[in-house]
Amino acid sequence: MSKSGAANSQNKSIVSKLGGQKFIVLLVVVALIVFFSVISPDFRKYTTFMSILDYSYYIALMAIGVTFPLITGGVDLSIGTGLICYSLTGGYLIVQKGWPVWAGIIVALLLSIVIGCFNGVLVAIMNLPPFLATLCTCMITRGLGSIFSNNFGISWPTADAPGGWFRSIFKITVNGTKIPLGFLWVLLLVALMAFVLNHTKIGRYTIAIGSNKEATILSGINVKFYHIMAYVISGFFAGLAAIAYSAVFSTVQPGTGAGFELEAIGGAIIGGVSASGGVGSVEGSLIGVFVICLLKTGLPYIGLQANWQQIITGVVLIWAVLIDIMKKKKEKVV
Amino acid sequence: MGEVILTMKEIDKSFPGVHALDHVNFEVKKGEVHALMGENGAGKSTLMKVLTGIYKKDSGTITFEGKEVEFHNTREAQDAGVVIVHQELNMLGHLTVAQNIFIGREFKKGLSIDDKKMNEEAAKLFKKLHIDIDPTETMSNLTVGKQQMCEIAKAISHEAKVIIFDEPSAALTETEIEELFKIIKDLRKQQLGIVYISHRMDEIKVITDRVTVMRDGTYVGTLITNECTKDDIINMMVGRVIYEDPKEHSMVKSDAPVVLKVEHLNAGRMVQDVSFELRKGEILGFSGLMGAGRTETARAIFGADPKESGDIYINGKKVIINSPEDAVKCGIGYLSEDRKRFGIVVQKTVAENSTMAALEKYMKGLFIDKKAEKQVSEEYVKSLATKTPSVDQLVVNLSGGNQQKVVIAKWLVRNCDILIFDEPTRGIDVGAKNEIYKLMNKLAEEGKSIIMISSEMTEILRMSDRIVIMCEGKKTGEVGIEEASQEAIMNMATREIG
Repeated sequence: MSKSGAANSQNKSIVSKLGGQKFIVLLVVVALIVFFSVISPDFRKYTTFMSILDYSYYIALMAIGVTFPLITGGVDLSIGTGLICYSLTGGYLIVQKGWPVWAGIIVALLLSIVIGCFNGVLVAIMNLPPFLATLCTCMITRGLGSIFSNNFGISWPTADAPGGWFRSIFKITVNGTKIPLGFLWVLLLVALMAFVLNHTKIGRYTIAIGSNKEATILSGINVKFYHIMAYVISGFFAGLAAIAYSAVFSTVQPGTGAGFELEAIGGAIIGGVSASGGVGSVEGSLIGVFVICLLKTGLPYIGLQANWQQIITGVVLIWAVLIDIMKKKKEKVV
Repeated sequence: MGEVILTMKEIDKSFPGVHALDHVNFEVKKGEVHALMGENGAGKSTLMKVLTGIYKKDSGTITFEGKEVEFHNTREAQDAGVVIVHQELNMLGHLTVAQNIFIGREFKKGLSIDDKKMNEEAAKLFKKLHIDIDPTETMSNLTVGKQQMCEIAKAISHEAKVIIFDEPSAALTETEIEELFKIIKDLRKQQLGIVYISHRMDEIKVITDRVTVMRDGTYVGTLITNECTKDDIINMMVGRVIYEDPKEHSMVKSDAPVVLKVEHLNAGRMVQDVSFELRKGEILGFSGLMGAGRTETARAIFGADPKESGDIYINGKKVIINSPEDAVKCGIGYLSEDRKRFGIVVQKTVAENSTMAALEKYMKGLFIDKKAEKQVSEEYVKSLATKTPSVDQLVVNLSGGNQQKVVIAKWLVRNCDILIFDEPTRGIDVGAKNEIYKLMNKLAEEGKSIIMISSEMTEILRMSDRIVIMCEGKKTGEVGIEEASQEAIMNMATREIG
């Protein structure tokens, strides 16, 4: 952005008017769907889209949450193992202790907030690097989950068992057709959190911390509090993701979960969150998650092993980060 | 003193908008210590950077050992024997002393680095310089003084013929300075040419043979140290004609109440027992040379850096300020000298930056009232005459002067009554400067109280109602604008301590 920056803002390109990177990534999502549908007849089925959506809920929810620490310039690596930990804890209380399902869900969510708060304190008050702080919490939650569940896998009640109502939060069957209700909730939560990011103090200061923490402190803002809040949001959405995970999958295995966070973080970055903070959007993160989910689900349909998905996702991520770096370079030429 | 080893003649250098060096002359003889003096921004460092190849000169000649030279980088200058010992030490804390000294030109034994030989060579160097440092010690374990000795040893190891010391004593204790002087005298005996940049008058008298004074990028003159007085040097440093009218009388009403009172403030080496008062509607100038502790004082008052002791009273009431948040609640706003780092969030809009410190005033319940935000920022864009196409413009696209206005707006929106301007016009062009001055005067008239830290003498004399002068972390003087003169201020800013 040079001297013409002032002029730039008035005649922005169509792409940037439509949301910039978000818009391009949305086109990529559409292109992927079209591409897989054309090549593979099996892909074109309703059940495929159902399974893509089923698979996307928990990643999308994690991505919504992790967008906040990412925008502060940090990261939250504990959401993946955290998810499994919260799910095991809630499931244990419901299945082994006979608690009502709603109580199990509330405990899982409360635990997720506590862990998020813990991360926030480590980062904002103890000044641990976010990468390290949340890596430690990642290990801790992984161990905690295994202890709570006594090392056994836990199955939350099935859809037709008593207490199975929570599964219909995400999927209901009407006249034999399965309706992906969860997608609606994800969209509503994206809208809610996009609003929080753009129209509330929490959001405003999250972006400010990521853009220029020193200037934010010197503006007299309680930066520590808002910095912690970013991690609380991330933790809480990992808790919501745990409920989605428990509802979609039949069994939750202790010791798993490591790696989930990478799909969520990857999605957020593909969706335009800057790896160095200050820039990003919740809706962008959601679209980015779908790129990852489509690759993961779609590639087997065109005869590529799922392993290829990881390689291709990696390449797509590099591309996304490079775009971010190039944008920064452009800005520096002032 | 021997023959001339280095001559810089008619050196000219311009940066966009600044004529940094205007046909400057300078020479160093073998076996002399030559002081280079001048106010902040006089061009001393630029001249040395041109010499050592960091900047390329526009015109002029450099003659070294009888031959015309032009170094393209510090490495070339080093290889030829011109070495600079920087004020801020370029040491790698985790490596040993010897590893630091020979960094980039390590001795090798086959493929591996020969640490033993490096230690031996370093020990030899130290012996030659009569310095007592263990070459195998980790650098970060040494005191600042010892680290500086290592820098000097490193310079010597380059077979230096000319060594430039850039404010070497700034971070040293009395005994360390004595040791440094012993080494410098030693080097002088060995017929090296030494350039000594410093603000400390007493040191200049003790250690140097000649003094060259620069002012505003020009060469003023060279004196023999023994034959001149401190006043001679100061007169050369400040003897400029002031074009803009200095303020003649304080604009503060005689019965204006004290809004801020700072008593015995201590915060590290740079803020020692500082006390002053600020009255309603007053512009209080803080003058001093680089490293006088003015910014540190401001940051300590604002709660950005921790204080050790001292009391702050606002409108007569004692307040506790432990963080910028506390300070802002007390109605203090701080405009940093480094806007991009501390003042604004460049990737956000004018509106967002304007309300940053007072967002709670523009909330509708939990939500930001963007309409109100826009309205108030537009108001301030108008009243401060900020040039921006709209309040939705990203701040990064504004010029320096207009960015500064956005920071001012931020504190006005917050209703701050005490504003600390730290170098308010740094990096701002002349036209915009005048606008900022007008704005500050207007704010003072409206009853805001302003602390203005400035390194520009003309700015201090033009804007201040009263001037506090600091030197090396201590307040060394205070004068009303009626009695203030460049000479008097410079005298206090270079006061000999102890």
